[in-house]
Amino acid sequence: MSENLIVPTMAEMMAQGKQPDVLFWVGCAGSFDDRAKKITKAFVKILNRANVSFAVLGTEESCTGDPAKRAGNEFLFQMQAMTNIEVMNAYEVKRIVTACPHCFNTLKNEYPELGGKYEVLHHTEFIKSLLNEGKLTIEGGQFKGKRITFHDPCYLGRANNVYEAPRELIQKLDAELVEMKRSRANGLCCGAGGAQMFKEPEKGNKDINIERTEDALETQPEIIAAGCPFCNTMLTDGIKHKEKEASVKVLDVAELIANAQDL
Amino acid sequence: MNFLDNIFFALLLAIGVGYFTLNVKKLIRNIKLGRDVNRTDNSSERWKNMTMVALGQSKMVKRPIAGFLHIIVYVGFVIINIEVIEIIIDGLFGTHRVLSFMGILYDVLIGSFEILALLVLVAVVVFWIRRNITKLGRFASSDLNGKPRNDANYILYFEMVLMSLFLLMNAADLHLQNLGVGHYSQAGSFPVSQFIAPVFNGMSEGLIVVIERMAWWLHIIGILIFLNYLYFSKHLHILLAFPNTFYADLNAKGKLDNLESVTNEVKLMMDPNADPFAAPANPDAVPAKFGASDVHDLNWVQLLNAYSCTECGRCTSSCPANQTGKKLSPRKIMMDTRDRLEEVGKNIDLNKGVFVDDGKSLLNDYITTEELWACTSCNACVEECPINISPLSIIIDMRRYLVMEQSAAPTELNNVMTNIENNGAPWQYNQMDRLNWANEE
Repeated sequence: MSENLIVPTMAEMMAQGKQPDVLFWVGCAGSFDDRAKKITKAFVKILNRANVSFAVLGTEESCTGDPAKRAGNEFLFQMQAMTNIEVMNAYEVKRIVTACPHCFNTLKNEYPELGGKYEVLHHTEFIKSLLNEGKLTIEGGQFKGKRITFHDPCYLGRANNVYEAPRELIQKLDAELVEMKRSRANGLCCGAGGAQMFKEPEKGNKDINIERTEDALETQPEIIAAGCPFCNTMLTDGIKHKEKEASVKVLDVAELIANAQDL
Repeated sequence: MNFLDNIFFALLLAIGVGYFTLNVKKLIRNIKLGRDVNRTDNSSERWKNMTMVALGQSKMVKRPIAGFLHIIVYVGFVIINIEVIEIIIDGLFGTHRVLSFMGILYDVLIGSFEILALLVLVAVVVFWIRRNITKLGRFASSDLNGKPRNDANYILYFEMVLMSLFLLMNAADLHLQNLGVGHYSQAGSFPVSQFIAPVFNGMSEGLIVVIERMAWWLHIIGILIFLNYLYFSKHLHILLAFPNTFYADLNAKGKLDNLESVTNEVKLMMDPNADPFAAPANPDAVPAKFGASDVHDLNWVQLLNAYSCTECGRCTSSCPANQTGKKLSPRKIMMDTRDRLEEVGKNIDLNKGVFVDDGKSLLNDYITTEELWACTSCNACVEECPINISPLSIIIDMRRYLVMEQSAAPTELNNVMTNIENNGAPWQYNQMDRLNWANEE
């Protein structure tokens, strides 16, 4: 459990004269949202198991500015971006991994022009590379043979063309990966993007997360796998709305891997 | 010899091409009303994009039925237009099938034109049925009420008439060739119109010549009218799809541009050595307007996008907001942008080349804030567009105007922004608690 988590900060590492291989960018959801914190911890367990040399910014981390930018507040976005870039450049960060596709997209695509040039990886890509390098092994464990459907986060899939890494991880669990009718580039948004997460939706005849949850339930899954803390919240709410919490779980890919290994 | 025909033809051609050129100039002027944006980098990638997406129709076939039918019409349109070259030469010089010296190649060409014409006719009829009988959702949508719906049908009728005239012309020509009349020398093979030709059995030669001439003239006049109709129609995509895919954004779809004007100000704010009272470098410079409230504030590629949109509605049919009953329709964003741009263009025409404020703007008069705030920025519309239009970039630019120029964000978003500013997260948590998760059970 959490007492076993080893979570060094960049400041501590620096004080010891060490430079970690990779910065784990936790993100606001991963830091503060109760559900998303579980994803953060699951990913740290994986990092610990694979003996990855990593660190977090901790209290020096601040919102990437993604929701501000998507809401139209370019000023606030760039202020956040430049502050974060100053911090990361001071630590000579080269490589970043994050479990949030929104942070991932912003750090990867929008920071370079402002002076923040890093190699940025989504945690599913990072875990895949750990497997490829033999630093981590996965066995199906409790998920063997389970029907799992994967919901493509817009900011990972369409926005950055990462479709395969999360799927490969699910398949490594010996699970039965079932696709929704709208998947990959045609995947339907969960409804949270573009700062929608933080406001009531405009008037309509349905909530987007319900529409997407119905897509997922059509595949009759035991687990809906997500790769984004916001998608996770939206789909979890959808499952509750459909009163399916007893039979269908919404889990992040990192949680699947960590739980399969009983980490 | 009677040259009246040829002179009349030359005149018609000059008027047809002349008026079209005039409108193309207007089109280019209107597009240039947009802000500058550099889209000439990485030209090899751009050529590749244009070849794949516009020429190769790679995104059309994602919806296989429409994609397949569209390719027939597209290939038919391009190839049958080779025939127009011959028609123009014949018209100007009074020749008959001047390219027939190519012999067997000519037979193959005419034969394939005929087969394509028939296929186009069938495809266009299916298109018409999809719009008017089976009423596919994206065509039944209220976005298209009024002029746009008629526009779409006019185009289909045009194509039906043009293809029928082409086949009728060939059928009469073939019949006259077989009768050995006048200058109707044997030329071409007619796999389709040979089945139409028998209707002329028993008719007088004179009448058949009149029919052949009529079909010939109406066909070329039809083509010229169609050419000139383009500027007033969604059908401009047959030309603009090419520049539109060439100049499309090559970045990852998730990347929004960083406003340079903002970067300068933010750098100044964050620079401890900056003198806040220093005179601006260029005191005459107009302070930049942030975001877009009207077409002038959009960049020229966004305006080209608006002219290129053929209103197919794939964007809207994949938009999560639209599918769940919200007012947002990415297609309508593009149609509104074009309508407003046309209005601004007409204003400029009426006022001797200068735009006179008409008290209207793209924001509010065309696109409402309710539409703009319904977007999840999921990029489904951008992904779907068969010619790489980005409705999302317009939505974001308009949100920027609302937030940075008018402070008119929805209340909840204002709270989010205040939180980010004060404590570095969209929620009201203390930044000092950011690592608490590591020590929690």
